[in-house]
Amino acid sequence: MENTKHSEQELQAIALKVREHIVRMSTAGGCFTGASLSAVDMIVYLYGEFLNLTPSNLKDVNRDYLFLSKGHDVPALYGTLVELGFLEKERLENHLSLNDHIYWHPNTHIPGVEFHSGSLGHLPSVAIGVALDLKISGSDNKAICIMGDGELNEGTCWEAVLVANAYNLDNLIFVIDRNHFQANMRTEDLIPLEPLAQKFEAFGAAVKRINGHSYTELHDAFSAYPFQQGKLNVVIADTVRGKGLPSIQERADRWFCNFSADEVEQLLLELHGEHTTSLTSETLIVR
Amino acid sequence: MTYEELLTETALNDEQVIVMTAENRALVRNLPAVLGKRFIDTGITEQTMIGASAGLALRGRKPVVHALAAFLTMRAFEFVRTDLGIANLPAKLSGFIPGFLSDANGPTHQAIEDISIMRGIPNVTVFAPADEDDLVKMLPEIWKSPNPAYTRINTRKTSHVHEPFELGKAEVISTGSDVTILTYGLMFEQALIAVEVLQNEGLSVGLVNMRSLKPVDEAIILQVAASSNLIVTLEDHFLTGGLYTIVAEVLLQYQTTAKVMPIALKERWFKPALLPDVLQNEGFSGKQIAERILGYQTGYSQPSILTPEFSE
Repeated sequence: MENTKHSEQELQAIALKVREHIVRMSTAGGCFTGASLSAVDMIVYLYGEFLNLTPSNLKDVNRDYLFLSKGHDVPALYGTLVELGFLEKERLENHLSLNDHIYWHPNTHIPGVEFHSGSLGHLPSVAIGVALDLKISGSDNKAICIMGDGELNEGTCWEAVLVANAYNLDNLIFVIDRNHFQANMRTEDLIPLEPLAQKFEAFGAAVKRINGHSYTELHDAFSAYPFQQGKLNVVIADTVRGKGLPSIQERADRWFCNFSADEVEQLLLELHGEHTTSLTSETLIVR
Repeated sequence: MTYEELLTETALNDEQVIVMTAENRALVRNLPAVLGKRFIDTGITEQTMIGASAGLALRGRKPVVHALAAFLTMRAFEFVRTDLGIANLPAKLSGFIPGFLSDANGPTHQAIEDISIMRGIPNVTVFAPADEDDLVKMLPEIWKSPNPAYTRINTRKTSHVHEPFELGKAEVISTGSDVTILTYGLMFEQALIAVEVLQNEGLSVGLVNMRSLKPVDEAIILQVAASSNLIVTLEDHFLTGGLYTIVAEVLLQYQTTAKVMPIALKERWFKPALLPDVLQNEGFSGKQIAERILGYQTGYSQPSILTPEFSE
């Protein structure tokens, strides 16, 4: 990795802390643990390296915009915003509390969140509106929208690709968190998406498919922005649901987790490779 | 002044205005040439258009958004509610051919629950001009306001010259102690005829143009309830959720009673045909409205009703 603000090791260290935050939020009501663990590395990379967005330029018209359309990735976003200095760490103690706005989907009370999400298939179009204005205004800034692979079931994602193509929005990047699961099962067992890159290409996008947990691959892909003049940029990041926790990795029933305090302690050890456990906690599926 | 002339003038005077359409160009045909990049046609994608209007508004733009009323308010409902309503972004929605104005298109195109569902969204304001004169008097205020707004576009010409518009205010055309008709949009034209018939029959008749449906002019409703023996709510909308419901809500809120007769579409879509035939068939011509209120036939002859200038 060249010309980066952080070394690969530093980014990995930040990501480990973000995963710790996610595990700590997976109790007393819980959060989307498995779902958000897959997105940690891309979110850390984008906020830490790629975006022109800092805690001090959040209202600057000359900033980049990131839209988290896969709203249930928000634990990864909260953790990242804390580790990069956008959000006070203490606020995470208010997870699910009436006294704050730290809940299961993103909202604009969180510094660094541009727009609320939760209803899938919305933010690709909101990002298009921003990208259109960046073009009209002659701005060099860019808009990024992270979507889940399950989210691609929503027709409006594909409407958005049609419109982005029509308006040659090469200042817009759609990032797909391709963790191969939707809420309850593998995508290919419910609504198959492959060959996914070809689908986007057929719609006119310039596509890169990478390992979404490799900072080298993330950096290589995003450093090539804009991928092709006049074309929507799409990054399909292959990821692992539950990445970092072997005991919940790639499991359909660990989308949303509400663990006991004890289990959280065991999982924190597991995150550091010190211990493995088999968890039997009640699992709550919320949609 | 026409809708298109007003929009052109507004957009030329304010660089922040963006004109959007989901490929419905009937009233914005000349704008691509005038506005260049500030005219955005997203194709037949009402949902994406609304989401994109939210993104443009986030950047400080003032999007004026066009589609057929049925698809703007129903296909894109959740985008209006979630992207514009929750964020309270000032995108301005212009719905074409609402209510009976969809004439021969059929029930797919009948926006007769639009008032009901749009006013149910927090932050979203709702307007229904009586005719073209009312439309061009209302829109500058609507476009200046800080909220998302839905307007039933009505470009029909009537002989009436309207008062200036103020958000949240109705327009009192006349007052009467026997019966007062509260109406909005297209039905205003027929209400003028109905008032004439009722007056010929010796009644003291009032007429109010309820042009601002949300915020609504509560004071006028209470005033009419106190001064008129009968309130008639007249609307080309389902009985549920429109003006009749609004009046009922206001009377209940202020613990007031009144005799109210609704004229609306009860639990059904209307039979598609050209507008004059629709009005006649549904009993919504001015003469028929008056006779429904009177409870007997009159010898009055209904003036001819011109067909709309466009339908799609």
